[in-house]
Amino acid sequence: MAHTTADVQALLPLPLATFHILVALAEGDSHGYAIIQDVEARTGGALRLSAGTLYRSIQRMLEDGVIVEVRERPAPELDDERRRYYRITAFGTAVARAEAGRLAELVRLARAAGLAPGKA
Amino acid sequence: MRAYGALLHLLPKSFRLEYGEEMSAVFEARRRESRGLPAEVGLWTGACLDVGLTALRVHCDQLRQDLEFALRSFRRAPGFTVTAVLVTGVGIGATTATVSVTDHVLVRPLPFREPDRLVKLWEDEPEYSRMEASPANYRDWKAASRSFEAMAAFYPLSANVVGAGEPMRLDGTGVSADLIPMLGVTPFLGRSFTASDDAFGAPKTLLLSHRLWRSRFGGDPEAVGRRVTLDDAPATIIGVMPPTFEFPTRETLFWSPLQLGAEHFEDRNDNFLQVIARVRTGVSLEGARADIRVVAAQLERTYPKENAKVGVAVVGLREEVSENARLLLAALAGAGVCVLTIACTNLANLLLARAMVRRKELAVRSALGAGRERLVRQLLTESLILAACGGGVGIVIATTAMPVLGRLVPNVLPIAETPGVDLRLLAIAALSTVVTGVAFGIVPSLRALSSADATGLHEGTRAGVGGRREALRSALVLAEVTVSVALLASSGLLLRALWRLQRVDPGFRTEGVMTLRTWLPFPKYESTTRRQQFYARVTSEVRGLPGVSGAAYVSFLPMAMRGGVWPVTVDGKTLGASEAPRASLRFTTPGFFDALRIPVRVGRDVSDADTSETSFVAVVSESFARRYWPGESPLDRHFEIAFHDRRIVGVVGDVRVRGLERTSEPQVYLPAQQVPDGWLPFYAPKDLVVRSTGPAGLLLPEIRRIVSRADPEQPISDVQTLSRVVDGDTAARSVQAGVLGAFAAIAVLLAGIGVHGLLAFTVSSREQEIGVRMALGARSRDILELVLGEGARLAVGGAALGVALAYAAGRSLEALLAGVGPGDAVSFSAAVMVTALMTLAGSLLPALRAVGVDPMRAMRAE
Repeated sequence: MAHTTADVQALLPLPLATFHILVALAEGDSHGYAIIQDVEARTGGALRLSAGTLYRSIQRMLEDGVIVEVRERPAPELDDERRRYYRITAFGTAVARAEAGRLAELVRLARAAGLAPGKA
Repeated sequence: MRAYGALLHLLPKSFRLEYGEEMSAVFEARRRESRGLPAEVGLWTGACLDVGLTALRVHCDQLRQDLEFALRSFRRAPGFTVTAVLVTGVGIGATTATVSVTDHVLVRPLPFREPDRLVKLWEDEPEYSRMEASPANYRDWKAASRSFEAMAAFYPLSANVVGAGEPMRLDGTGVSADLIPMLGVTPFLGRSFTASDDAFGAPKTLLLSHRLWRSRFGGDPEAVGRRVTLDDAPATIIGVMPPTFEFPTRETLFWSPLQLGAEHFEDRNDNFLQVIARVRTGVSLEGARADIRVVAAQLERTYPKENAKVGVAVVGLREEVSENARLLLAALAGAGVCVLTIACTNLANLLLARAMVRRKELAVRSALGAGRERLVRQLLTESLILAACGGGVGIVIATTAMPVLGRLVPNVLPIAETPGVDLRLLAIAALSTVVTGVAFGIVPSLRALSSADATGLHEGTRAGVGGRREALRSALVLAEVTVSVALLASSGLLLRALWRLQRVDPGFRTEGVMTLRTWLPFPKYESTTRRQQFYARVTSEVRGLPGVSGAAYVSFLPMAMRGGVWPVTVDGKTLGASEAPRASLRFTTPGFFDALRIPVRVGRDVSDADTSETSFVAVVSESFARRYWPGESPLDRHFEIAFHDRRIVGVVGDVRVRGLERTSEPQVYLPAQQVPDGWLPFYAPKDLVVRSTGPAGLLLPEIRRIVSRADPEQPISDVQTLSRVVDGDTAARSVQAGVLGAFAAIAVLLAGIGVHGLLAFTVSSREQEIGVRMALGARSRDILELVLGEGARLAVGGAALGVALAYAAGRSLEALLAGVGPGDAVSFSAAVMVTALMTLAGSLLPALRAVGVDPMRAMRAE
């Protein structure tokens, strides 16, 4: 399914949890609990996704087409049969990029106003 | 972990099935990490919050999705949506309106304290089973009976009220002081009557109705305590009754005390009081009847002459509603339910057809992973939205129809004319459409789904052809046709009855006659001469107005007042028991017969020369003459009526005094001047009839000026054309026939839609078969026969069942049919014809489509 810029823009701004999940999945396929741990580690423990938030986000992300469920599974000794694995789609990557750009633009504006560290 | 699993049940099933296990896995992992009681407690608190909030959000997500989905699917099928909403709305609206009115009149408790224990007491005489009581009998009943906690009396009165704007004639009720407390009603403002207000000769007091207080006193609380003039006597306003108090009928605008004096108790046959009583707790209606029977028997023994054969009838307040009014309302409520039934049937059919069409869509969605629960939720949302929209349309229809239906509320009950739209009924009607929606929209869809999971996606699967489902749809359409034939035929019967009555000759000509009332108050106009001066001045001046060809005064207009019946004594005539010697009595001024175009057969009209000084004369109707002097000339014969011997000087045509439906007593007209001063105030002429060629609207201000010049304090009331009086006689029937006719039209339309829907669906699902038939050499005619034949089968079956149903309905409505037979051929054949046309119209488009099927294309599509 071909997605246009308008499709991408329609999803912005992304909810915080969604953005973090996309970032986590950008590094490779992952399952629910691993995503939670990844986000927690990445934010230094600041964001600890609850199971409910995670799976409600995942449901909507699947519907929006930014992620898909994958059938390939890791080696059986590393696997838990209850786990489901998710992968970011090309559309998902585009959305995550657009969101990152949007955030960068916000930071640039804040800097220009002397509200954030770094070069104006 | 089981506790967490239970917690997960808060989530919608589809979500839980999808993610529940993983959520449990996450929770399990978290639990392994947490050590110690505080951490455990924290974990559980967090989990509860998390699952609770997520459940709420996911439910909202799904609702939003379902709504969006429903709206999208409605937009895709606008024809279906609009039809379904209108069908539902008409059904809900019609049922709610008619059943609300019926409930209002026949079921809902009257607005008094413990209304079931209130009864009316009437004198039960050989000729009149419900005769007003005389004050003396009322007093004795009250004193001697033991079954009643309280007994009170009232009588209708009307009075000229001066001192509150323009002089006006108002209808009120004279009540005994204990009446209002007995009903359990307290005044809205001020106080109720006391025994001292009710004492004979006490200063006059009155209570205003809420309506009168608002309209004439601007709702001013200061009105209480004000003095007005009531028929020339000063009276003090002591209070205002609540807006819901409509006693004894909604026409009453004020109440004043009875003030019965010794003179009122003298004549035991002076019957003018209506008696109402409250049965003691623990005493049955039968017990009360037995008790009062004993009292009546005692009175008959004590006053063998006056109370000969006078019993007492005890009836519940609600039983005052006439049998005809009951029938009429029941018939309408029945018709309303019929319309709801048809509407539900039609909705069922629409939904069934849609379920077939959507089978593929649902199968696709199911294959894409939507669980059954998810689909049910979505279908339910759709049905509920349809029902809600239909309910909205229904409320609009019901509130619009209510004022029209209000004209069917008989004015013998102490209730308002228009009931409010009953929310309970609305809810019931809406619920029935929701149930229909669920039963016929969701269940078939799901059944189709479960049987079609595998086959639904196959190319070329034709849904709903043959088998039970089509039989069900045919049965539903057959039911619609049946009910619409029955409604059509019943409304045809009522229309024929109405037309027959409207063709009845009332005995006078209404065109160009306007009427108004100037009720001359006694004692101001006690003198016959004084009244005569008023009549003579007004009638002669009115006759002088341009375009006026006749003007006269009469006691009461025919049909406006049906009673006023007196015993007649004819010398030398022995009368059989069946020949009740009674006649309806009217006093008139000269020119009345001419103004109403009542033909004078022989002799003359009353004249200004017929005074109290000359011999007392009478003009009688033909039936009067025929009854007492068959085959002889009645002129110069004598008879006695209204306390005097009278000589017949003229014979006129008969008039339908009691209305178009009933036979009337023979009529006797007496000259207005031939009554002693102060006698028969009720019969003093008060209705002015004016025949003119010009428009009544231009005449009225002139007449007002003339009356005002004759007596500036004299109010004018009841201004109307004579045609309206006569139309009023059949107004309830007109409304009923109109409403039933509208219902029948709706039913026919719905049945037409039903037939069309069924056949269109059959044709589209049998396209292939038709193609094959054509390829095998079937001609267009054969195909037309195939489709139209199906329509014809529905029409014939429906007509047969409908005619039987209508005949049964006609039998139960026979009392309302004014002589039209319950099996009236004209009504029935018209109904059958309309139904045949409707079926033909419904079949035509599908038939043409069938003929237009391209055999090659139809077969290739497989």
